[in-house]
Amino acid sequence: MGVTFYISAAVAVAATFAVITRYNAVHALLYLIVSLLAVSLVFFTLGAPFVAALEAIIYAGAIMVLFIFVIMILNLGPQAARLERAWLKPGMWLGPSALALILAGELAYIIVSGGGRGSAGEAVVGARQVGIALFGPYLIGVELASMLLLAGLVGAYHLGRRCEGNGGPAGSGRSGGQAP
Amino acid sequence: MLRLLFLIPFFPFAGFAALALGGRRLGRRAAVVGAGSVGLSALATLVLSAAFLISPPRGYAYTQTLWTWMKVGGFAPGISLYLDALSLVMVLVISIVSFLIHVYSGSFMSAGEGRRFFAYMNLFVGFMLTLVLADNLVLLYLGWEGVGLCSYLLIGFWYKDAANGRAARKAFIVTRVGDTSMAIGLFLLFARLGTLDIQELLRLASAHWQAGSGLAVAAALLLLGGALGKSAQLPLQTWLPDAMAGPTPVSALIHAATMVTAGVYLIARTNVLFSLAPHVRLLVAVIGAVTLLLAGFSALVQRDIKRVLAYSTISQVGYMFLALGVGAWSAAIFHFMTHAFFKALLFLAAGVVIKSLADEHDMFRMGGLRKQLPLAFWTFLAGAASLSALPLITAGFYSKDLILWDAWSSASGSGWLWAAGLAGAFLTSIYTFRMVFLTFFGRARARAGSLPGFSIKAPLVALAALSLAGGFVEAPGVPLLSRFLHHALPPFKQAAGIGAGAQLVFEVIAAAASLAGIYLAYQLFLRRPAGAGALAASSAGGLLHRWWFSGWGFDWFYDHGFVLPYSWLARAGRSDLPDLAFTGAARLAAAAGRLLGRTQTGRTRWYAAGIAAGAIIILLLTVN
Amino acid sequence: MMAAVPANYGLLLAAALFILGLAGVLVRRNVIFILLSIEIMVNASGLAFVVGGSRWRQPDGQLMFIFILAMAAVEVSLGLALVLQLYHHLKSLDIDRASSMRG
Repeated sequence: MGVTFYISAAVAVAATFAVITRYNAVHALLYLIVSLLAVSLVFFTLGAPFVAALEAIIYAGAIMVLFIFVIMILNLGPQAARLERAWLKPGMWLGPSALALILAGELAYIIVSGGGRGSAGEAVVGARQVGIALFGPYLIGVELASMLLLAGLVGAYHLGRRCEGNGGPAGSGRSGGQAP
Repeated sequence: MLRLLFLIPFFPFAGFAALALGGRRLGRRAAVVGAGSVGLSALATLVLSAAFLISPPRGYAYTQTLWTWMKVGGFAPGISLYLDALSLVMVLVISIVSFLIHVYSGSFMSAGEGRRFFAYMNLFVGFMLTLVLADNLVLLYLGWEGVGLCSYLLIGFWYKDAANGRAARKAFIVTRVGDTSMAIGLFLLFARLGTLDIQELLRLASAHWQAGSGLAVAAALLLLGGALGKSAQLPLQTWLPDAMAGPTPVSALIHAATMVTAGVYLIARTNVLFSLAPHVRLLVAVIGAVTLLLAGFSALVQRDIKRVLAYSTISQVGYMFLALGVGAWSAAIFHFMTHAFFKALLFLAAGVVIKSLADEHDMFRMGGLRKQLPLAFWTFLAGAASLSALPLITAGFYSKDLILWDAWSSASGSGWLWAAGLAGAFLTSIYTFRMVFLTFFGRARARAGSLPGFSIKAPLVALAALSLAGGFVEAPGVPLLSRFLHHALPPFKQAAGIGAGAQLVFEVIAAAASLAGIYLAYQLFLRRPAGAGALAASSAGGLLHRWWFSGWGFDWFYDHGFVLPYSWLARAGRSDLPDLAFTGAARLAAAAGRLLGRTQTGRTRWYAAGIAAGAIIILLLTVN
Repeated sequence: MMAAVPANYGLLLAAALFILGLAGVLVRRNVIFILLSIEIMVNASGLAFVVGGSRWRQPDGQLMFIFILAMAAVEVSLGLALVLQLYHHLKSLDIDRASSMRG
């Protein structure tokens, strides 16, 4: 069973690497879905079946679908891929890679030499326990999450509107197309 | 009667006030007010002189205190006038010569300029009289500064031409160097002796200071510095030739007869201090000797008639310094008197020539004017003869001769000084008669325009008479003047072992020198004018000619040594260097702000990178 | 039954995913890709929580993950709405075009 963890972890990392290096948006999205599913499997091996399911359903199922919808609306075709190719010269990777690697080194050092001992995934913490905790001590979190979702709903509706009428998004009174 | 002493300086000051405040309405009559106030002063001087001579006051000195000027701690100088033999002679000469020059200026200056001109001239005469009559050194310094101011105002009288302003500034600044030295000397004297009242000061100095002590030397040197500035002696002589930019009456009054002799007066007044520092007194004589030679050579090659006269003035004041330096105090004053007469005359006559040729100063463009301007010619000749010390009939002969004899025979004189003076006399004759021959003889190159009127002719004639006859008050064997001056000045100390007939021998030598000079000038400039030209054109001659023409390079030296570095420094400091500390901080802050502003690129990924970098740094800092 | 994994390895995995997401944010110019990379990072932090909860055998880690999920959903929807507006104004998905706040 421990092997599952390692294999899923490797798949997740590889898929995530692919996400950030694709030129085609849809390809990247698909790789991200793969990565998310791999992480879901990791959750399973860690004894967290509830969030594993949630990860697959909500993250991979809803959020990524949103992305696909927007990409289809924007109609990013082959010329977008060509643009990406132009933008992603190898030289562009230097700075970000440096920063990322330094940060990775620091995190690795902290994690390895830090206090954390112990093993994960020894027991399964099921949906029941999660539910009791959720509607018990963490009830306020539930309420706050609902408010957050309401805000998101209203915001998405408002921001999604077209420019005619009340003006567009924040910054009413400014017509579109300011100089870059 | 002597209580009217204050009127002598009062009248010119009143004239100045009248002209300054109400002159605009006077127009042509400004000249009357101007000349009249000085005339009244001259009249008062004559009256007071008569009173002084007939019934002299006790100790042959009269002090009149008008009021206390200031009272600070123990220092309470008063506006006090002091009349003794020395100041009487000075005041007489100054007021009479000034009056004649003012009368002359009435016709010389045009009507529009009269009010300002006479106001300045009156102010000058008032300050000069204050200087000479001052009882204490503070009042003397007031007069000293006042004449310096008026000299500046009058040299730059035609201020619309920038060159005149520059000449005026040069005069003021160079004399300022001397004035500063004198002021420090006054501080020293007050700090050490506690008073600046002249007679008191001299008494205390001779009582407390040893001969040759450091304090006496210092005080004498500092006062000498002031005298050198005002009297245009080495090394502060560069201002006088350029000061000829002013109107001719100004040159006559200020730069020939009165202001340049203020230094001579100062040294004569404080003679006790100089006698307490014999080395300084020797220095005075040496400076006088060197200056008279230097200026003589320079006068020999000038083209502008007024510049010849300017260098001549420097040279003649050098004679006065020479006399002071060897202890011949009365001889110096005698020469001052005769010099005032003939130099003022020369300037005024030259002014007639210049004006009649429509402002032509270059002698080489004049010539043959003796037929066209007869009176100017004869009076100029009288002045020139007196300047060259033509034997027996001119006043200059007696005064210059006396100086030469005293330079040889004084207890502190020397043969070198006498030789320098003799050579100077020879040079004087040459350049003087060069002037005469170039201007009045030879081929007439220009036609004389306006001829002088009565108010110009009268002063010329009066001064000519004085130049010729004024010497008889001090002929050998008839020492009227020196006997009178002995009431104020120490007697002349003759060296031991001088024979009785020696004086006659020396007089003959001096007379021969002056006549030889006239003859040489005749040969070079009248008989064969090409001779002088050939001499000047030769290589060595040309070099000397250029060097003497520029006044022995002093102007160049001062320009490069002092003026240019100082101007550079002023220009460099114009950006207000200490302010740089503050503006620098502001500019640094602004630059730092601009630098930091470059981080606001507006690009989101840049900001994200910033966050990542921040995270790295925080992790570095917080984890051990 | 459950083969235990050292908790550190889980955390290391979370760190690796997080770093990859960060690199993606810094490198890509297309807004969509940036949002994707942000999602990767959020997911990685959620993974870290779950690992922690699993190590202590408590549901708290999973609870945090639920909240993170809710937040991520909201953020994605708002973000994509903004992307649409941006595209409408700039006619481009280049995020460097939206830099008029510079200086």
